[in-house]
Amino acid sequence: MGSMGMIIGTWLAGFLTLAILSFLYKDNPFYKLAEHLYVGVSAGYWLIYVAFFDVKPMLIDTFMNETGFEKWIILIPGALGLIMLSRWFPKIAWLSRWPIAFTVGIGAGLGITANLQGYVLPQVQATILPLTGFTVADLSNLILVIGVVTTLIYFYFSKPHKGLLGGGAKIGIVFIMVSFGASFGYTLMARISLLIGRIYFLFHDLLHILD
Amino acid sequence: MESSPRKGFWEAMNSLDRRIIFLVLFVCVAIPLLLNVGAPIPPTAPVQLAYDAVESLEAGDVMMVSIDFDATSAPELMPMLRSALRHAFSKDVRVVMLGHIAIGLPLGHMALEEIAAEYDKEYGIDYVDLGYRPGYIAVMIAMGRDISDIFACDYQGTPLAELPVMTGVRSYDDIELLFGFEHGAVIDYWVRYTQARFRQRMTFGTTAVMAPDAYPYLQAGQIEGLVGGLKGAAEYENLIGHLGLGTRGMPAQQWAHLLVIGFIVLGNLGYFFTRRKG
Repeated sequence: MGSMGMIIGTWLAGFLTLAILSFLYKDNPFYKLAEHLYVGVSAGYWLIYVAFFDVKPMLIDTFMNETGFEKWIILIPGALGLIMLSRWFPKIAWLSRWPIAFTVGIGAGLGITANLQGYVLPQVQATILPLTGFTVADLSNLILVIGVVTTLIYFYFSKPHKGLLGGGAKIGIVFIMVSFGASFGYTLMARISLLIGRIYFLFHDLLHILD
Repeated sequence: MESSPRKGFWEAMNSLDRRIIFLVLFVCVAIPLLLNVGAPIPPTAPVQLAYDAVESLEAGDVMMVSIDFDATSAPELMPMLRSALRHAFSKDVRVVMLGHIAIGLPLGHMALEEIAAEYDKEYGIDYVDLGYRPGYIAVMIAMGRDISDIFACDYQGTPLAELPVMTGVRSYDDIELLFGFEHGAVIDYWVRYTQARFRQRMTFGTTAVMAPDAYPYLQAGQIEGLVGGLKGAAEYENLIGHLGLGTRGMPAQQWAHLLVIGFIVLGNLGYFFTRRKG
């Protein structure tokens, strides 16, 4: 039964893969079917996951199993969650601003410290590098520092980009373009990898023409 | 007035039906896969560092594996996930899996069960799947205090206290390494909230799209290693000596890249010649 289920699943996956790829030729009903199936299954899956891995263990089970203070404090986030649903009712939709304000406040408070502590300071620290010497590492350090400084100059808009500032900004553009090129190259690699994965599935799992 | 043959050629190239490009690309990927032509894949420094991070673990140590991707990135991330699990289980490292992308967790679980079976590892003793809890940041911060605060039980509902694999594992202090598999911004949360605040050792496998965003963390020493894209997966497979889809896909990847470079050159030449003559 398991084996039969696997075979049916593989053929279904193969059909859906070809249905999605058929869009490359032109839009068609098979593509539409696969697309709608994906959206529907994803939404259903999320609903089940949230119900059984979120609401049940973290809210219902906690309320049923805990005793004392822990039992009652869980009602506060539960109530805030329910209030969020007030957006469905125009007359009391304004209530939903409370949980949103709560979430935004916590997010901002955590985000400010985390971004300073975990991003800005370590990245600034990593840019303060020794520039004396003639090794490959020293050259890399120099390029990195020039790249950081000139890119920052490019994004400095309080003065016209003329003279030294203009020259620095032009060098900054070069670094930004190199960055865009690297990102594009990596993106291309990623998309080809996805194609490789699908073709491998079709040849290996579906058609069994690869060992 | 008739256009010259050369101009006609470039105009034809410029207006080439994109479906022909798709077909050529398909052939370019399919043939190397069918022929299975291998090529040496030496490890790059970021992948070597990721390998070294896992290699530094000792038997009984705990490696937390975070599944932060779904099916849309599986071809890139599953090969490196399998390699990392093989590497960990071969060293008798305990594996604690969780995830922040609910829809991708079953993929991680499938790989975990598959690789654990290869090494005769037992669920609950050698490895565990904690499942998913919503809210990246809340989950990450809570685990720094007490994992059971946020994961009172595993994905099957078994309390953590009843799982031998979780013996002595209370917070990040008891986790030697975090290995995250990322296709989105969760890596930023891991670094900014968990590494910065709790000094958790961490290394990552990312999609190729995400790799450029992760390099600054590596350069700053915030993460220990980086396995980027299918190429990174192929390098990791070679390092552990167990070849898989990453290695198998590299010749196809190389040919596809050459084809795209060719198309970019042709497109630019076509643009140049038709504009000049026009």
